[in-house]
Amino acid sequence: MKTHNLVSRLELANITKQYPGCLANDRISITLMPGEIHALLGENGAGKSTLVKTIYGVVSPDKGDIIWNGREVNIKSPSIARDLGIGMVFQHFSLFETLTVSQNIELCLSKSQLNNIGDLAQRIIQLSEEYGLNVDPSRYVHSLSIGERQRVEIMRCLVQSVKLLILDEPTSVLTPQEVAGLFNVLRTLSKEGCSILFISHKLHEVTEVCHKATILRGGKVVDTCVPSEETPATIAKMMVGDLADQDAGYSKKEGTVEVFNVSDLSLPSKQPFGTALKNINFDLKAGEILGIAGVAGNGQDELMAIISGEDERNVKNALTLGKLKIGHLHAGERRQLGMAYVPEERLGRGAVPDMSLTENTLLTHSTGFVKNGLVQWQSIKEYTTELIGKYKVKCHGEFSEAQSLSGGNLQKFIMGREIGQHPKVLICAHPTWGVDVGAALAIHQALLELRDEGAAILLISEDIDELFLLADRMAAVCDGYLSPLVKTEETNIDQIGQWMAGTFINTAVQEAQA
Amino acid sequence: MIRIQARTEPSSLMKVASPLLAIVLTLIFGAILFSAIGKSPVQALHVLLIAPLADSYNIGEMFVKMGPLLLCAVGLSLCYRANMWNIGAEGQLLAGALGGSAMALYFIDSESVFALPITLLAGIISGMAWAAVPTFLKLRYNSNLILTTIMFNYIALYLLIWSVHGPLRDPDGYGFPESALFSDITLLPTLFEGSRIHLGILFAIISGIIGWFILSKTHLGFQIRVFGADEPAARYAGFSSKKLSWFVMLFAGALAGLAGVSETTGPIGQLTPNISPGYGYSAIIVAYLGRLHPIGAIIAAMFMAVLYMGGDLAQIEMGIPVAVISMFQGVLLFFLLACDFFINNRLTFTNQATN
Repeated sequence: MKTHNLVSRLELANITKQYPGCLANDRISITLMPGEIHALLGENGAGKSTLVKTIYGVVSPDKGDIIWNGREVNIKSPSIARDLGIGMVFQHFSLFETLTVSQNIELCLSKSQLNNIGDLAQRIIQLSEEYGLNVDPSRYVHSLSIGERQRVEIMRCLVQSVKLLILDEPTSVLTPQEVAGLFNVLRTLSKEGCSILFISHKLHEVTEVCHKATILRGGKVVDTCVPSEETPATIAKMMVGDLADQDAGYSKKEGTVEVFNVSDLSLPSKQPFGTALKNINFDLKAGEILGIAGVAGNGQDELMAIISGEDERNVKNALTLGKLKIGHLHAGERRQLGMAYVPEERLGRGAVPDMSLTENTLLTHSTGFVKNGLVQWQSIKEYTTELIGKYKVKCHGEFSEAQSLSGGNLQKFIMGREIGQHPKVLICAHPTWGVDVGAALAIHQALLELRDEGAAILLISEDIDELFLLADRMAAVCDGYLSPLVKTEETNIDQIGQWMAGTFINTAVQEAQA
Repeated sequence: MIRIQARTEPSSLMKVASPLLAIVLTLIFGAILFSAIGKSPVQALHVLLIAPLADSYNIGEMFVKMGPLLLCAVGLSLCYRANMWNIGAEGQLLAGALGGSAMALYFIDSESVFALPITLLAGIISGMAWAAVPTFLKLRYNSNLILTTIMFNYIALYLLIWSVHGPLRDPDGYGFPESALFSDITLLPTLFEGSRIHLGILFAIISGIIGWFILSKTHLGFQIRVFGADEPAARYAGFSSKKLSWFVMLFAGALAGLAGVSETTGPIGQLTPNISPGYGYSAIIVAYLGRLHPIGAIIAAMFMAVLYMGGDLAQIEMGIPVAVISMFQGVLLFFLLACDFFINNRLTFTNQATN
């Protein structure tokens, strides 16, 4: 980091943004020096997204000044931000799948920029080598992995020679190896004087790569620190205020009897860019958590859908619950046999946005609440109030609409609803994705309690730390293949990371052919 | 400066106020329209809205028109709640009228007390059958329900016209395209002496209450609401879309069929080519005006029936073309959709000078 340059790259002074019913940013001041990698931390709803959108010109602040290279600026739109040299990589990429890398990059360049660059493809190859990005300009985006697409987004910023790069949770979609690669790119950029604003939930990454960190809570700056002098636990404490220790580490258990089994499951994908499932075999025992790691889009959604029955294709003999073949039953019948699901999408799938929490309880939990086809609303109301209390769901009451809850609180509610049915098998996808630290802790404890009561839990997650924390056995998916299953204690992050990248596939194919 | 801003929560006030606001705006529009064609707007609105309720005969006629509108609208409310875009209430009504009439003609010399119930049942089953075909095509071959139900409206209409020109024509009717008058045994009893109000209006109001009961009290109704509000959630919960689609379509078909047979065995007393002045289409507006709520539909159907009556009166008393009524209905739907926009959005007034 170059510190001899005394003019700051970006200075935010008293940025304030009021949304209806919520003060998203409350007099936030931050200074970024050239070449500084600065982490922006905070629970969900702390105001991080609003702040970076303000810098990128998507949101205009009600009050406050933005000073860019010593000059006060008014960033009215993203194109002004790009002209100043501010680039942003969003959590959800904005690439056209049917175009090539260089076409995608060309789309966001102005005419004069294009003229300056000359041969765009050549420039991409040159930058790619310079920063070790490994981006081929002639490839079509739909053929790229998530990590590669992210590098295209970063390349898009580099081509415009950014002075400030904003990354919104960049590592949530990457394998450990890809994360290491990304960090190398960030360090190179930093050495060249490019400042980086880095939003993340993963605290050990922040301590690893960031020079400074600003912690937001409730729209305000509550603390700043030098991450290398802190531990993830102390930073977590700053984020949530008074949190019980984060790295508690949970005891591992061994499952007892097999309750659920997937055997020889192969299934072509329904969608053109989906992933086919290839000869998947695993068993799930009572009283254990089986974690499946994998980068998004490697067959997890397809596996979830066929197990839950939302994918209505008949796979009669591939799925066994207890001693019963269930592959031909529809989703409702499988639920009645004791299966429950926590989907990745909370609002719109796990809960109906404009229905009350009471109604959303009935969505999947009807046993005992329906008599002769009639709904027993009074008892559901009472039960829902109980759930809200038990799982500390922050809301006005059982009458609150699902969409009025924050992501973390809604997830606690959904988790409580599914666990409350005492399922034999719980399938759980990305349970703490985008959830703040406090809610994540509550969700983890709920899952472990359910395991200790003897339920079998299948945990699909992209968060490898979470899997190591919770899972008793682990496997990884890659390109629709499932790796061997191992006890969590007998593996390590490197092996799982390699499996996520598909190193087990060749042997798996050979075995299948043998 | 006026700006449109999304509300953080949908306004429950606007949910109720929107239909009322739409009606007021429609009336203002109507007043301007009547002035433009040289009629007194005050007199025209009086004839349209007040005169239909001015004497007991007119009120009775209003209820006669309200019956079929309400029966169709209750069924459609359930369909639309479940995202089944059934535009075929008109055809299901005509099919019910046709099937019921054939049965009534079969009983023309009968004295049996079962003749009327069986006739009504024939109408109901015909309406259900007419709804069943497009439903099957949608579920089996994924055909577009809007298109198939509209096509089935025309098929029903021409089938009915063919029937009264052919097999069901009154042999003693001097060649007029009408069936014979039904026997008294198959006519719906009137509720009041000297009025044409018949049992059909009771069927309609009961259907509204049943519809409300299904939606708010039963698990089936809950599933219908989830399906309409959020289909992925319904799939996630494991609700069967097939079962629900069949239920709402057959329910709507049954009610529309009952509306049809109640018309022919009620005020008309025979099968004629023009038994419906578009009740099945107007019922779509009634369903939306009633917020897809069966009880709301009762009030909305009453309003629409007044408009129908008023249209007849305006034609007789002021020479206003009957097409004005269709336009009134269209404008009403237009304003309703426009007002509904403000359930999720609002206008904010900001002072530009401070910026």
